[in-house]
Amino acid sequence: MFDIYVLGQQVLNGVILGSIYGLIAVGYTMVYGIVGMINFAHGDIYMISAYVTAVALAVLMAFGIDSVYLALLLTMVMAVIITGLYGWAVERIAYRPLRGSHRLAPLISAIGVSLVLQNYVQIGQGARTQGIPTLIEGSLSIGQGDSIIQISYTQLLIILVAVASMCLLTLVITRTSLGRDCRATQQDMVMASILGVNINRTIAWVFTIGAMMAAIAGVLVTLNYGTFDFYIGFVTGIKAFTAAVLGGIGSLPGAMLGGVLLGLSESLFSGFINTDYKDVFAFAILVLMLIFRPSGLFGKPEVDKV
Amino acid sequence: MNTNKASGNTTTRTYIKESLITFVLAYVIFLPITGLVLKGYDYQALLHRPLYLALSVALLRVCIVWLRDRRMALPLPTVQIPAGVRKHKRFGTALLFGVMLALPFSIDNYWLTVAISVLIYILLGLGLNIVVGLAGLLDLGFVAFYAVGAYGYALGSQYLGIGFWAAIPFVIVLAMLCGILLGFPVLRMHGDYLAIVTLGFGEIIRLVLNNWLDFTGGPNGVAAPPPTLFGMEFAHTATQGGRPFHELWGLEYGSSHRYIFIYLLLLATVALALLFVNRLRQMPLGRSWEALRENEIACRSLGLNHVAIKLSAFSLGAMIGGVAGIFFAAYQGFINPSSFTFFESALILCIVVLGGSGSTIGVVLAATVITLLPEVLRDFADFRILIFGIVMVVMMIWRPRGFVTAKRQRFER
Repeated sequence: MFDIYVLGQQVLNGVILGSIYGLIAVGYTMVYGIVGMINFAHGDIYMISAYVTAVALAVLMAFGIDSVYLALLLTMVMAVIITGLYGWAVERIAYRPLRGSHRLAPLISAIGVSLVLQNYVQIGQGARTQGIPTLIEGSLSIGQGDSIIQISYTQLLIILVAVASMCLLTLVITRTSLGRDCRATQQDMVMASILGVNINRTIAWVFTIGAMMAAIAGVLVTLNYGTFDFYIGFVTGIKAFTAAVLGGIGSLPGAMLGGVLLGLSESLFSGFINTDYKDVFAFAILVLMLIFRPSGLFGKPEVDKV
Repeated sequence: MNTNKASGNTTTRTYIKESLITFVLAYVIFLPITGLVLKGYDYQALLHRPLYLALSVALLRVCIVWLRDRRMALPLPTVQIPAGVRKHKRFGTALLFGVMLALPFSIDNYWLTVAISVLIYILLGLGLNIVVGLAGLLDLGFVAFYAVGAYGYALGSQYLGIGFWAAIPFVIVLAMLCGILLGFPVLRMHGDYLAIVTLGFGEIIRLVLNNWLDFTGGPNGVAAPPPTLFGMEFAHTATQGGRPFHELWGLEYGSSHRYIFIYLLLLATVALALLFVNRLRQMPLGRSWEALRENEIACRSLGLNHVAIKLSAFSLGAMIGGVAGIFFAAYQGFINPSSFTFFESALILCIVVLGGSGSTIGVVLAATVITLLPEVLRDFADFRILIFGIVMVVMMIWRPRGFVTAKRQRFER
């Protein structure tokens, strides 16, 4: 029953799933770190990206672009730009006017945005499950006969792109002036604004960057599974939020590591224990984590102030 | 994009610039989702749809800039209650109650079921209002208690053989226990974290109901027995022993009898719940809920026991939600997990928020509007959720404290 190759395959699947969660979790953690709100609509932003991917691929094929890699690159660029615009627009319309309102207002507004985005896509694109053709075929395999670990080229691409975009994000946050503004705003919003940081612009960028990372995740997941519908954002969004909490909300490396941890444990749970309850398992991790260690594995504890 | 906020005179050029930028951005945003519709691996271009959408967004943007420029905030409809009205309050309430009593005898079965849904949502709204509106604990998993009530009744009758009336105390105890069970671990949490944990609990309960095939029937659901009155059934022929209602009273059998009975019982329950919540608000418990909502630390430092306050809010809210669940199961005759999704929680929250958190009359009005709206706007059924979402966002921007804050005085003595 227990097989080192099965374990290896599950670990591999877990890491791939986890890097997707990590990419989405970045958006939750950055927004929470700076504005202190849970962007409930973030999962639906990721869902938008899956649709943009499919539409972009369809349009590119109709225009006769044959090279798979060129099409992929262009799709990625379009998905990142348009989904980023969605992130920006949501912040501009639904969250910015609420700054300084009572503390439940942004969360309720975010739930509203989430309902709007889901229903908007359902009306715009129809309720049925959509799909894209398989673009990259073939896989690497380690081992022989029944005992092999398979990694498809798509999965390889997922890991490469995920790692690359995480590195890029880390560079942006640590090395650019925008990143410096973000860090300053996170530490003390009032002080940063006194020292000349444009708070509104910085927060808008944070939402946009979070949406862009979710867009990359959306493209990769769509390439891997091939099918999606307007409802995928909800469960994936909550799982990515779990990843952010697991790593300590507000911390960037925490979100990435939390994503991988959650992906690993979910994949091992569904591989060796029970597939039906894998979502229950993820929710249970979220609940237990928030109850017993709300600051996460790498976060700083919060202190209540009057 | 905040041009000329300070100077106060917007030139025509600014208008053109603003509307153009908004139009282009909106067009790019709307294009892939509404303009290029996926057809298998191909797509169909419907370019007029994003065009209209973007045009209306640009128009809205110009309106907003213009309004802001004129320093003319939208006039808020505040409801002033003249002194004379309060005298007639008792009379008005009695009249309304009388109309509600006579209602089921004058409408057909379809509208009767709509009226029953309105009452169920009022009950749910009142329950969540205790937790969110009064105690300020944002609960995104309220549907769990609704499910506990409905499944408690259906499974209770299946495995324990309890009837409709025995189910009421059974479910009340069960739901309150669940409320306390949920309340304990989240005592230390506040705000967003609390919301997410309750959401997690709600989803866990739904997923367990969905996956535990042997006990709950999974996605196939369970049958819930119809209600009885002193052993009389409302079916054509009795199935649970005893004689059917229409035979005993020598009436012609009518399928509406069952609905009328549920409606009247539900009306009485809603009236009781309204009285209960309004009385509670005057009592020390209700006042300490509101104190906790306003400032937890100040509340605790004044010696109020936050554990008791939070747990009582959770358990009383859960109790009302559970009772609503019994009625839902009894009136549907059949339940399955798809009635207890997160969307339902969001809908109940929408009722509380729309009604003005904490206002009981607001909850009643909002529940009525939200349940009747899709019935009235049958043609726009697809847009129902979209409209709810937009309403939630607009309400938070425009009137974060809800619509009926001014009317709140009316129910306080």
